[in-house]
Amino acid sequence: MLAEVGHFSLIIALSVALLQATLPLWGAHRNYTLWMAVARPAALVQFLFVVLAFVSLIALFLQNDFTVSYVAMQSNSHLPYWYKISAVWGGHEGSLLLWVLILAGWSAAVAVFSSTLPLDAVSRILAVMGWISIGFLLFILLTSNPFDRLLPNFPLDGNDLNPLLQDVGLIIHPPTLYMGYVGFSVVFAFSIAGLLSGQLDSAWARWSRPWTLIAWCFLTVGIALGSWWAYYELGWGGWWFWDPVENASVMPWLSGTALLHALSVTEKRKVFKAWTVMLAIITFSLSLLGTFLVRSGVLTSVHAFANDPERGLFILGFLAIVVGGSLTLFAFRASLFQVQGRYQLLSRETLLMLGNLLLMVATFAVLLGTLFPLISDALNFGKLSVGPPYFNLVFTPLAFAALLLMGAAPFIQWKKQEISSLIFSLRWQALLAVVLGIAVPWLYFDRIYWQVVLATGFSVWLAISMLKDLKNKTCHGTHFFAGLAALSRSYKGMILAHSGIAVLVIGACYTSFYSTEMNVRLQTNDSVTINEFRYVWLGVKTRQEQNYIATVGQVDVYRGDSLFARLYPEKRVYTVRQNVMTEAAIDGSLMRDLYVAMGDSFDDGAWALRISHKPFVRWVWLGALISALGGGLALTDRRFRLQRAASSAAAEGGAPGLKVNA
Amino acid sequence: MNQKKTWLYLLPLLVFVVLGALLLNSLGKDPQLLPSAKIGKSLPNFKLPVLGEEGSFISAEQLKGQVFMLNVWATWCPSCRIEHPVLNQLAAEGVIIYGLNYKDTPDDALNYLQTLGNPYKKVISDTRGDLGLDLGVYGAPETYLVDANGIIIYRHVGVVTQENWLSTLKPLLEQSRHTGTDERGKK
Repeated sequence: MLAEVGHFSLIIALSVALLQATLPLWGAHRNYTLWMAVARPAALVQFLFVVLAFVSLIALFLQNDFTVSYVAMQSNSHLPYWYKISAVWGGHEGSLLLWVLILAGWSAAVAVFSSTLPLDAVSRILAVMGWISIGFLLFILLTSNPFDRLLPNFPLDGNDLNPLLQDVGLIIHPPTLYMGYVGFSVVFAFSIAGLLSGQLDSAWARWSRPWTLIAWCFLTVGIALGSWWAYYELGWGGWWFWDPVENASVMPWLSGTALLHALSVTEKRKVFKAWTVMLAIITFSLSLLGTFLVRSGVLTSVHAFANDPERGLFILGFLAIVVGGSLTLFAFRASLFQVQGRYQLLSRETLLMLGNLLLMVATFAVLLGTLFPLISDALNFGKLSVGPPYFNLVFTPLAFAALLLMGAAPFIQWKKQEISSLIFSLRWQALLAVVLGIAVPWLYFDRIYWQVVLATGFSVWLAISMLKDLKNKTCHGTHFFAGLAALSRSYKGMILAHSGIAVLVIGACYTSFYSTEMNVRLQTNDSVTINEFRYVWLGVKTRQEQNYIATVGQVDVYRGDSLFARLYPEKRVYTVRQNVMTEAAIDGSLMRDLYVAMGDSFDDGAWALRISHKPFVRWVWLGALISALGGGLALTDRRFRLQRAASSAAAEGGAPGLKVNA
Repeated sequence: MNQKKTWLYLLPLLVFVVLGALLLNSLGKDPQLLPSAKIGKSLPNFKLPVLGEEGSFISAEQLKGQVFMLNVWATWCPSCRIEHPVLNQLAAEGVIIYGLNYKDTPDDALNYLQTLGNPYKKVISDTRGDLGLDLGVYGAPETYLVDANGIIIYRHVGVVTQENWLSTLKPLLEQSRHTGTDERGKK
C-alpha cells in the first residue's frame, strides 16, 4: 500500500511539475499575471508530494517490506534503523529520489524567498526548475522506480546494504553533496530566465550570489566528507584517488568557485556578464554530467552502481536537451549583453578573470582526465586511464598560480592599479614567503623537496596577505577587535575561505611527501618502529554485533618507553553478504595521524598490518571546512538581508523590485 | 569584431556536442570488461562439491568439451529470481547451463531450486566464494560463456533477459560452437 502511495505521489508530483514548467513560462511571455501566479504554489505542492514519496520509501525500509524490489536489494531486517534510513539513498533508485527531493526543496525555497523579485522573473526561474524536475521524475518513473514490487516471488530477507556504505559518513555525505550539486540549479535557472527575457543586470548577479554561495558551501563540505570517509573506511590511507566519482564532484566545485567570483565582479563592476552566465550553465551541466557518469556505468569506479545502458541513454538524452538547449540559447543571446564597466590591464577585474581562467583550465583538465579512457577507446587506443600522476602534474602548477593570485588580490584596486605601488606593497610579503618557504620544511622535516618549498612559500604568501589586509583594514580605528567587528561579514568570509585554501594546500602537500607507510607481518608481541613511534601487535579478539562479526586487533603505540596510544583496528565480516570490511584505527592529531589497518591473517597466527604515519593529513579537511565556514560567514552578511528588506518594501510600494537593486 | 564574438559564444556548445558524441559512443560498453579481463583466459582451477549430490565433486577439467553458460546465483539475490524463469526456458531449449551457487547455504539453495525449477545441468556449490573470487565475480547474478576448451569468452554482469540473450549471449554461444579454438589466438 505504502509503495503505491509513494508511486502515485511521484506521478502527481510529475503532473504538478508539468504545470510549473509550462503555464508560468507562457504567462511570463504573454504577461498573463494569473498564469504566472501558478509558479509559486506549484513549486510548493510539488515539493509536498515528493516529500510524501520520500517518506513512504523511508517507511518501507523501516517496515522491512521486502516485496519492494529496491528495499530487498538494499536493506536487511538485521540492519540498525539508522542504516535502514540511509539505505534509502544507498542505491541508484533512492539516490535519484533524493536528487529530486532536494531539487523540489530548492524550488520551494526559491518560491518562498523570492518576494523581492518581479513576478515574471520568478515565473521563468521556477519554470526552468520545473523542467529539470520533469526530466528527473520521468527518469525515475520510467527506468528506476524505487517502488517496484517483487511479486509473487519475494525474498524473505533483504540483500543488505553494501557494508562500505554502513557508516556515519555515508549517512550525511550524499545529501550534503546533492545539496551542492542541485543547489547550482538555482543560479542556472536564473541565468536561463535572464537569457529568455534578455534582462541580465547586476541585480541578477546580486540575487544569484547567496544561492550559489549556499550550494558552494554544501558542495565543499560534501566533498570533504567524501574524502574523509574514503580515508578511514576504504583502509588504504589515501584521502583522494582521482576516481571518476570524485572527479564528478570536484568539477562543479571548481567551476562553481569560478562562478562565485565572476558573480561578484558582475555585480560590482558590471563586466563579464556573458562569461558569468556561461559559468552558471557549465557548473550545473557538470553537476548533471556527474550524475550521468555515476549512473550510466560508462566508467569504472570504487563507488560504481549497477551499469545499465538504457538508463545511461536516458540521462544522456536529458543532458543533451538541458545542456545543449541552454548553450544554444546562450550562443544566440549572449551577444546582447553590453559591457558597461571599463578597466585597465592591471586591475582587480583582470586578476579575477585570470583566477577564473585557472579554475576553468583545472576543470577542463579534470574532465579530460576523467573521460580519457573513453577518448582513447573511441580513438582505438584501447581503454587507458591517466591516473593520479596526470592529475597531480596538472594540478600542482595551477594550485600554485591560484595561491599567487589570491595573495595579490587584496592589494590590487578595481579598474586600475599602478604596478610600482603594487610591487612596493608586496615586497616584504614576497621576501617572507621565500624565507619561510625554505625554512619551515628545512627545520620541521628531515628531507626537503622543491614542491614542498613552493607549496609552503605560496601558502605563507597567501596567509600573510590575508593577515596584512586584515590589519590594514582594522587599524585605522582604535582597536583591532572594534575594527574587526566593523568589517563586513562577506569580507571576513573571503579572508577565511582563502586562508582555508592555504591550509588545505599545506596539508595535501606535506602528507603526500612526508607520509611513511609500512606493510608488515607481525606475530603477537612483535613490534615495528616508524619515526619516533614503536608499534606493538598484541593479537586479536572477536566481537559479535547486530549485523557483523568483528575481529579486533590491538596495537599499543609507544613513544620512547611510555605508552602513547592504544589502537584497535578491525576486520568485519558482514553476515548477510559475507563481505569483509577493514576498519582502520587512527590516532589523530593536528600535526600527524597514526594509522593502522589490518590485512590478512597467516596460518601461523601472524597478521599482515599496514601502518602509516601521516603528517598534516587533517589539514586537508580542516582547510576545506575553514573555506566552507568562510562561505557561510559571507552568507550572513547584512548586505544580503538589508537589500532584501529594502526591495521588498519597494515592491510593496508598487515599484518594480529589480530596479531598486540595480 | 561582433561576428567573431558570436562564434566565440558558440564554442561551449560545440565542445558539448563533441563530448555528447563521445559519451554516446561509450554507452553500453561494459567498463568492467577490460579491467577485469578474465576473457580469453581459462576457467580457474577448482574442485568443489556438487549441490545436492552428497560427496561428489566437480572440477574445471570435467567441464571441458562443451560450450556452456556458467550462471552465478544465490538465494539472497533478488535479481536472480527475476532471471530464473528465463534460465528455465533456455534450459528447456537445450542450452547447457551450469550454476555457481555463490556464498550460499546448500539447504536454502536446494529449496530455492525445488520451488522455482532447476535449469542447471549441475550446480557448483561455492559456499565460501573461492571460485567467485578467482573469477572476479562482482556480484550476483553474473553469467559467463565458456567454450569447449574451457576458455571464458564472455562475461555478462546483471540479469539475463530474453533481449540480451537474443542480442548478445546466443550469437556468441553459437559462434564459439562453430569456431571452437579461434578465440584463443586473440588473447
